Amino acid sequence: MQHTNVAGPPAGIGSHLAGEVLLQVAGVTHAHGAERVLDRVDLTVRRGKTVTVVGPNGAGKTTLLRIAMGLLVPQAGTVQRRSGLRIGYVPQSFAVDATLPLSVDRLLATASRSPAARAELLREVGVDGLGERPLQVLSGGELRRVLLARALAREPELLVLDEPVQGVDIAGQAELYDLIARAVRSRGCGVLMVSHDLHLVMSTTDRVLCLNRHVCCEGAPESVGQHPEYLALFGGVPRGLAVYTHHHDHAHDEAGAVVPLEGGHSHPRDHAHDHTHRH
Amino acid sequence: MQDFFVRALLGGVGVALITGPIGCFILWRRMVVFGAALSHSALLGVVLGLGLGIGVTPGALIVCVAVALAFLALSRDGRVSEDAVLNIVAHAALALGLIALTLLSSITGELLGFLFGDILAVSAGDLLWIWGGGAAVLAVLIAIWRPLLTMTVHEELAAVEGLPVAALRITFMLLVSVVTAVALKIVGALLIIALLVIPAAAARRLSTTPETMAVTAAGAGVVSVVVGLWSSLWWDLPASPAIVLAATLLFAFSLAAGRPLKTF
Repeated sequence: MQHTNVAGPPAGIGSHLAGEVLLQVAGVTHAHGAERVLDRVDLTVRRGKTVTVVGPNGAGKTTLLRIAMGLLVPQAGTVQRRSGLRIGYVPQSFAVDATLPLSVDRLLATASRSPAARAELLREVGVDGLGERPLQVLSGGELRRVLLARALAREPELLVLDEPVQGVDIAGQAELYDLIARAVRSRGCGVLMVSHDLHLVMSTTDRVLCLNRHVCCEGAPESVGQHPEYLALFGGVPRGLAVYTHHHDHAHDEAGAVVPLEGGHSHPRDHAHDHTHRH
Repeated sequence: MQDFFVRALLGGVGVALITGPIGCFILWRRMVVFGAALSHSALLGVVLGLGLGIGVTPGALIVCVAVALAFLALSRDGRVSEDAVLNIVAHAALALGLIALTLLSSITGELLGFLFGDILAVSAGDLLWIWGGGAAVLAVLIAIWRPLLTMTVHEELAAVEGLPVAALRITFMLLVSVVTAVALKIVGALLIIALLVIPAAAARRLSTTPETMAVTAAGAGVVSVVVGLWSSLWWDLPASPAIVLAATLLFAFSLAAGRPLKTF
């Protein structure tokens, strides 16, 4: 098992995408106790590209993020981050104890020493003027925006967002995803994001990884949204089933080995396994 | 003023100056149970110190550090909840300490002093421990203030940003161990946690930043010590409980006087 930072972009899967490789996870397997939560997962994030991980509860999404960021060392597989990679992280759960007197501005000050830059960031994420507010009185949506501002304050090359719209009402969710997409576009950083809802992030995502402990399917968002494994997991029915034109990017030879085809989504596993993971 | 009273004041103020800021982090980091466990197990340190003839405070320091490290190792295991581990360790140490102290029949009379403190018996040597240890703890706390605060806000965030969270966690636990050991003579094993938690809690409603809360907590501790000691003198009250009660009154005042959370 390796866990290294590398100087150059490692060659590897997905090299047809533009942009320097910021992060590459290869063949990562991990178990909590006896329970295997990740099984031979591959993941590559490039500068300027957004990769979204979707999957049901308990699919190992957060574990994958933690391994990608180096918070957790996987039991098998390799994680390579570009050396000196600056990560801006928005965690899924964030609760400061009620006894800690901490204003929004002071939270940002743990990431950026410039008051002007902090005020500008709060403006950018749409919570202008909340700087002096204590963290504990923020609404769910305000807190998400403040955490995004803090992540951006580090001038990250890679933004890691774990359920960035958690605790936000439905109307606010699309708005927040738009905000994230704008912030990312103007900075050109890579994004690794976990989301519940593929359809909300479809327009702002370059690549989707459908995870249920192993990678069920992977590819462009439109392609994954029609994939039978994705639909099996999320209980949807493909629209226009009769004219369903889904195609695979690989076929199987006589021995069952994967033979790549051009375009479309990729599927790193053979198709013979059970698609209805119940846990 | 008599010498013993001056020494008591100096000792109490020295302890309060450091329990205030450390107590703030204990509240913020939700480590009250850890603090209580350490202070209870300090009693075992008394036995060790007397048995080995190295003195009460060094004995308490050794046991506190050992308990902190044992907790660190056990909690990593993850099979038992941290609160359960702490309570097991703390009360096992307390029970062991009580039995051992009773078996050493020559010091049974001092048992009450070790449980509830004997601030009026503070010696010049104790003062050296309190002010020397306190200055060292304060210096380290100031040095690690920024990263420790970031880690207190969110540990994983701090780790992703490259802060040495494991080293910071151990350092803070060692600081609490030192504070507990030097405060043992002043307030006793059962009341140390009160001097850590109550002044910090009293400072909460009066503060808008972590730094002002730490300074206010130190001030609240000093006021509690002075008020407690004087009332112990005037009304012949036991000194340590009077100090804790004074701190509790300050906390009650802070609830009445402090601005509500929404507008601070």
